Amino acid sequence: MKTAEALRMAVEALRVNRLRSMLTMLGVIIGVLSVVILVAIGTGAKNAVEKEIAGLGSNIILVVPGQVGLGAAPTQSRLDLSDVAYVRRVVGDPTKVTVAVNSGEPVRVGRVEVFATLTGTDENMPHVFDRPLRRGRYLAETDVDTRRRVVILGSEVAAKLFGDVDPIGRQVTIAGVRFRVIGVYETVGATFGVARDQEVHLPVTTAQRLIGLPRINGIAVGASGPDEIEPLRRKVVDALAERYPGEAFSAVTQTQLLGTIGTVLGMLTGVLAAIAGISLLVGGVGVSNIMLVSVRERTREIGLRKALGARGRDILGQFLIEAVLLTTVGGVIGILAGIGGALLIQAVSPVPASITWWSIVLAFGVSAAVGVFFGVAPARRAARLDPVVALRTD
Amino acid sequence: MSLGDGRGTPAFEAIGLARSYRLDGGVMVDALRGVDLRIEQGEFVAIVGPSGSGKSTLMHLLGCLDRPTSGTLRVNGVDVATLDDSGLADLRNRTIGFVFQSFHLLARTSALDNVALPLVYRGVPRAERRERARRALEAVGLGHRLTHRPSQMSGGEQQRVAVARALVGDPRVLLADEPTGNLDTRNGEEVMGLLERLNKGGVAVVLVTHDAEVAARARRRIHVRDGRIERDA
Repeated sequence: MKTAEALRMAVEALRVNRLRSMLTMLGVIIGVLSVVILVAIGTGAKNAVEKEIAGLGSNIILVVPGQVGLGAAPTQSRLDLSDVAYVRRVVGDPTKVTVAVNSGEPVRVGRVEVFATLTGTDENMPHVFDRPLRRGRYLAETDVDTRRRVVILGSEVAAKLFGDVDPIGRQVTIAGVRFRVIGVYETVGATFGVARDQEVHLPVTTAQRLIGLPRINGIAVGASGPDEIEPLRRKVVDALAERYPGEAFSAVTQTQLLGTIGTVLGMLTGVLAAIAGISLLVGGVGVSNIMLVSVRERTREIGLRKALGARGRDILGQFLIEAVLLTTVGGVIGILAGIGGALLIQAVSPVPASITWWSIVLAFGVSAAVGVFFGVAPARRAARLDPVVALRTD
Repeated sequence: MSLGDGRGTPAFEAIGLARSYRLDGGVMVDALRGVDLRIEQGEFVAIVGPSGSGKSTLMHLLGCLDRPTSGTLRVNGVDVATLDDSGLADLRNRTIGFVFQSFHLLARTSALDNVALPLVYRGVPRAERRERARRALEAVGLGHRLTHRPSQMSGGEQQRVAVARALVGDPRVLLADEPTGNLDTRNGEEVMGLLERLNKGGVAVVLVTHDAEVAARARRRIHVRDGRIERDA
């Protein structure tokens, strides 16, 4: 018997039992649908986090005192501005090194007060980080050298303090000291829960005086390319270790962050896919069950077909194709529903969803395999039926 | 297999044919205890006997639906013991046509597709299959019932569809198991008429029955009792 013939027969058999075929397929549809949607959500989350990290700028190395990691004791910073100058010499290109001093302070305009993250930095910040301005200008070298009382506001701080009014040239008060606004940043969103639009940047020297400590919190180095990151990271850490024997310094790169977070989210996606896979398996059991019922019900038909010249493998093929047809048609419907569901979730909720081709290929392949795997036992039972016994069954 | 087409070769030749079954309890039942039988091409034979006599078992063996426990069976000169399962399937498909007491039509399938079914397993292309099935249905007087389903037809019509299905593949022999058993007299008469016409066309007809009237129309009657041939006339 030709395959096309067997396929036509299977379609006919499934059409005859339309409701039953649909319900059996439903198990597979739900399984495939959950695989596609859950993988889409997992991948979407991963992409969103990766985008956040990449949004910082490219090829950044963050140098902080102490060990970075869960459970590591917080370290009192011993770095100061002379270390920044030292790192600049080590790196060679001074514009590729910038600094951060952090503190939380309320910022006030008239009676409006906003709590902001103060970050003291310098004129090289825009060379290292990707931080576009909406209005005004970045910090200049003279701002840092002369401890000028100037600030650049994050977009959220600017909106809260000034509303629709252009803040450039206006005054804000931080810890009783008046500052002039020289710029406003574009909205960039949050990175690792740090709301960067709530930051206020000021010259690092001014910040140190405001806080009253000569320390800095970290040094950021921009590498010229992805291949430069690792050698440069080692160079900077070694240089600092040489300068401060017996003290630990950590340099975190975006690649490391991406790697760690990517692994965690990849695992999450895997777990989600596995859970969805279980429901697909349950759908497969349903197919097997229905095929067994179908074989029993059609015992006489099988006997007749054999009497008319059907070989064992014709019967095997017929039932196997029916099972595979159930799961692949169910798979295709599930994939379409899954894509629709993922798009819907993305449209109506903040959960990012990203449909991946591999989840679709996997879901389809697995559902076809489920059809073969769970169809074989019923089909073999059908193929082995003794025609005499089968014909006598009533 | 071409040697089987010769006119001199008997349609069936059984030597010491026996078949026993093991029941669920482990008891052996000898349904057929050594049957010697020769049915020539083009014969019209009735196998008669009371129920439990082994006539159905004999019929199943002749139809290659079952294998003998011992003895030899040649169908058209081919020893069935030399054939594997797909060889047997092929033999059933090309050489033998079956007509059953309960018709055995596919319920939700049209008369045309029911009749065409044996040709599916022979790999005949769809268009040719349908054409041959149409001619076979016309031959049994059902040219106007091609698209009807079994449930839309009378018992007599259903059995005629079954006869059309048996003859669509141009078999050498037609095995009919109580073909009139489920039919009233008029329809039974019609089906018997069909079988006689087919027989005149050269097809050997072997029918199993316990209806003396039906058996009387055969030129040769083989009486089976207790798994043995009691009388052959």
